[in-house]
Amino acid sequence: MDGEVELRVDGRTRRLRVDNRTTLLDALRDGLGVTSPKKGCDHGQCGACTVLLDGRRAVTCLSFAVVHDGAEVVTAAGLGDGERLHPVQEAFLDRDAFQCGFCTPGQVCSAVGVLDEVAAGHPSAVTADLTGPAELSPEEVRERMSGNLCRCGAYVRIVEAVRDGAR
Amino acid sequence: MIPFDYRRAADVEGAVAEAARTGAAFLAGGTNLVDRMKLGVSAPEVLVDINRLPLDGVEELPGGGLRVGATVRNSDLAAHPVVRRDYPLLSRALLSGASGQLRTLATTGGNLLQRTRCLYFQDTSTPCNKREPGSGCSAIDGHNRQHAILGASEHCVAVHPSDMAVAMAALDATVLVHGPGGPRTVPLTDLHRLPGDEPHRDTVLSAADLITAVDLPPLPRGTRSLYRKVRDRASYAFALVSVALVLHVDDDVVRDVRIALGGVAHKPWRARRAEGVLRGRPVSADVFLEAAEAELADARPLSGNAFKVPLARNVIVSALRDLAWEER
Repeated sequence: MDGEVELRVDGRTRRLRVDNRTTLLDALRDGLGVTSPKKGCDHGQCGACTVLLDGRRAVTCLSFAVVHDGAEVVTAAGLGDGERLHPVQEAFLDRDAFQCGFCTPGQVCSAVGVLDEVAAGHPSAVTADLTGPAELSPEEVRERMSGNLCRCGAYVRIVEAVRDGAR
Repeated sequence: MIPFDYRRAADVEGAVAEAARTGAAFLAGGTNLVDRMKLGVSAPEVLVDINRLPLDGVEELPGGGLRVGATVRNSDLAAHPVVRRDYPLLSRALLSGASGQLRTLATTGGNLLQRTRCLYFQDTSTPCNKREPGSGCSAIDGHNRQHAILGASEHCVAVHPSDMAVAMAALDATVLVHGPGGPRTVPLTDLHRLPGDEPHRDTVLSAADLITAVDLPPLPRGTRSLYRKVRDRASYAFALVSVALVLHVDDDVVRDVRIALGGVAHKPWRARRAEGVLRGRPVSADVFLEAAEAELADARPLSGNAFKVPLARNVIVSALRDLAWEER
């Protein structure tokens, strides 16, 4: 009742043997030592475990690692380009968009996903015109980032940072 | 969580045969099933992974309409250009559900088959007839603010949590199912059951029935639609009440109307009484109110959710007003 999984994590190919019950999050953290995605609620409600899974933002606590054999995972630790941080990460620093930092890797990965979705013209629940171009108003950022909770309450700065990250 | 065997399905027939033989559960996005397994609410001994089956397409049907594959992700369906253009209420419903990073994973079939978020259903330390038939219902005299006002029974007052299914109910969608006896279709409004004395059965499907697609019929020209959801938070919360509305008004007369309610019953609730009141009548605030009140005449609120009756009435009326008098 276990299986072999190959994952490409932050640019490196990794293989590991996992019990079928192992979530992708636990495989990353406990199996591979990739601790950038955080375990907050472990029930898909807080967003702290968000990564880019095959290029799209996804929580990692609600799927089993065996399902994702062959997948590409980019965590917040793998977003940068060598020594240079990703523009969204720079924006989080510039805007002081965190306090304790526990939710930040998930926030950053989610924000990168949001910017891709907006660039692709995907609407959100608050987009007035479903067929028009998507914009990144504060209201749009709040809606699109609502799956990432911040217990320190840094939301005001997070909204600013996500908008800065788009520039 | 108990150990389980994991098998990746090679084709639809194989997946169905495996489920029929072993009692396996189908695994798609997992956003609800995996959570239930963590909570101990569901404990399948075999999982059949259907994620790699070729069920992830959205295709336009000859003669109009759209076929949505069972593993199309909620985010992809919401963003699909044809859905945004021709079925805006479905895009709206999907976008009002869950969060972006859950919609990436969640699938069309899984969304339909997700189970109630009733606190007691999800808490294995409490009685629940849906989780453990015959054990009793903790919600009837417990925390029932989120629960049903229509169609409930003395055995279960849970509500179905989906937004997508409510929009699909108003669209008169058809569910394509592949079971041990081969393929068949089920009208979406007949897929989910009322609890009656078998609340453990959410749908009419058997365990080895696999949803393969959902067909959306075309909406007639001149039809307008909307999805309106009322919840405790502005975002990322289940509906207290939601309304999916499809309306065709011509010469200030209601030619066609379809209304489905979410957050009020064990299934997406087609408001056929309200539709009957409205059809053929001139559009007016009085007629809209009459329709909403007719639908809610049999509402039976619980100790904690009496507010849902006037809330549902007001949301139905406001949705009708907004669509009927919207600028073209």
